[in-house]
Amino acid sequence: MAQVEAEAPATPTTVDEPAHHRSATVAWTLWLARRLGLAVLTLWLVSVLVFFATAALGDPVRAILGKDYASSPSRVATLEAQLNLDQPLVQRYFDWLGGLLTGDLGTSLSNRLPVSELIGDRVVNTAVLVLVSALVMVPVAFGIAMISAHYRGRKPDHVIQIILLGLAGVPEFVIGILFVALFSTTVLHLLPAVTISAGGEGPWHNPGSMVLPVLTLVFAVTPYVARIVRATLLEVLDSDYVELARLKGVPERVVMRKHALLNAIVPGIQVVALQLAWLAGGIVIVEYLFSYPGIGASLVDSVRNNDIPMVQALSMIIAAIYVGVNLIADILSILFTPRARTAITS
Amino acid sequence: MSAIPTTSTLRRVTHQRRLVAGAIITSLVVLLAVVGPWIAPYGEHEIVGKPFTHSGSFLGTDYLGQDVWTRVLAGGRSILIISLLATALGMVGGILIGLIAAYVGGWFDEVLMRLNDVALAFPQILLALLVLSAVEQPEWWMIVLLVGASHAPRVARLARGVALGLVSRDFVASAEALGESRIRIVLTEVLPNMSAPLLAEAGLRLTYSIGMVAALGFLGFSTDPAGADWGLMINENRLGLLVLPWGVLAPVIVIGIFTIGTNLMADGITQLAEKGEDA
Repeated sequence: MAQVEAEAPATPTTVDEPAHHRSATVAWTLWLARRLGLAVLTLWLVSVLVFFATAALGDPVRAILGKDYASSPSRVATLEAQLNLDQPLVQRYFDWLGGLLTGDLGTSLSNRLPVSELIGDRVVNTAVLVLVSALVMVPVAFGIAMISAHYRGRKPDHVIQIILLGLAGVPEFVIGILFVALFSTTVLHLLPAVTISAGGEGPWHNPGSMVLPVLTLVFAVTPYVARIVRATLLEVLDSDYVELARLKGVPERVVMRKHALLNAIVPGIQVVALQLAWLAGGIVIVEYLFSYPGIGASLVDSVRNNDIPMVQALSMIIAAIYVGVNLIADILSILFTPRARTAITS
Repeated sequence: MSAIPTTSTLRRVTHQRRLVAGAIITSLVVLLAVVGPWIAPYGEHEIVGKPFTHSGSFLGTDYLGQDVWTRVLAGGRSILIISLLATALGMVGGILIGLIAAYVGGWFDEVLMRLNDVALAFPQILLALLVLSAVEQPEWWMIVLLVGASHAPRVARLARGVALGLVSRDFVASAEALGESRIRIVLTEVLPNMSAPLLAEAGLRLTYSIGMVAALGFLGFSTDPAGADWGLMINENRLGLLVLPWGVLAPVIVIGIFTIGTNLMADGITQLAEKGEDA
């Protein structure tokens, strides 16, 4: 927030319109409040969707017990009591939502422990995986885009474009399994195929086991980012002011670094955010593949065990990450776009 | 755009190398999936030798001792059909939502698109997993519905964007002035002019459908636990990766090639549409 207030007065155009003049701080607060309100509204509707998709569509008790459903009515009764199935659906929804808001995520059905206790460490593990992947991915993607834009229309550009296009459509588990085959089982035996984290230690204590999950996520995401950034770079390189800079004798390397790259930051942020948000879903498959102890692998297990409270809590966390990342991206791209900043404060 | 004679359209299509390459790759995989079950050397469930050995055809045997090559040949149809149906469902649903939102406009558009944003706050695979957690054994139509439903909001946003640029154009206004019915205007005036971007989107959605359907199989959610299915095969044979990798690698490679083909096709259509606009 402090940064926001410091940025706003730097746009003098607001002063020119006394009729609509509002203090920049108020305008920013209003804008931010509106965005936050929309994010909260979205999350509330998501909670409705999550709850009714899990509670109303199927019969969880029948799914949990499977073949035992008909033979043991006592277990049916116990489970129904555990899930509060005797109460009306709407009542159950508000109980659940109330618990969610006060930090009570319910009790796991498969091992009777509080959900928050089970997933606390896993949220951290997943956050580390996503952050490391993002830190590797951003420079790689921007680098590839710059090389590609530098050689535009020539051989290296064509080769890069074809490789990126080929990778873009391939599912992440296909990439991951090919890595496993290549680096840890069939061809070479360099890296562990699964994540080993003994005794509740974070997986980063064994960095070797994080290489393949990170590599897979980077390969899954980089093509999209690199292609968008390249397109933006080319657009900027064709613009009049870059032409002017060239005519003034500014060397091409400086043009690329100072003019093109800086202008590619905003679209870059947006596509990176979009991909980070995608990662919120992509980790489900990648964590399962590498048995990485994060919320994605946890979600797959919980779905398989029909552990409804776990599934609901994990889905809400993943959706919250998705909404949060998009919100941050919106704020950042506004801050980096002078024209948009002005539009808000005037 | 419709003034271009068909022969030159055909030439433009064949000059688009990505589109041609994508179409060839896609048709080869589709052919494999369709014809496969008939040319398979063994039965789908036939045990031809010990697990993970070189008995049977050239790819060896899987975790139960079934022939891997036969399972690859037999396992494509389910993914192909489910992905195609899911793509069709997602496209039709999304186009309807987007068209209605763009054409009706006003608060209705606002509300519809806000709800759409909520659906977009869901990673695609999550919706499928949510519902699968409450069912014992998924049916094939459930996968179609779930994958299709997860596409619809994404298609809707695109369709609305394209349609918004069209509904304000003169030919729509003149059709309205002539007193044509709204449904007729949307179907005969607006929709045909959206075909290029929507076709490209359909290619992209098909790519993602294949990925998602295969991923669900890979996660172990299958409509037929004993049946041959490329996604499920990966899951079943994972333990054999060290011994005999083909039970995993063969389906992985086929899925990879399939998605590369459909994605190339989608990209080719996009390029073609952009060139068409320039002309």
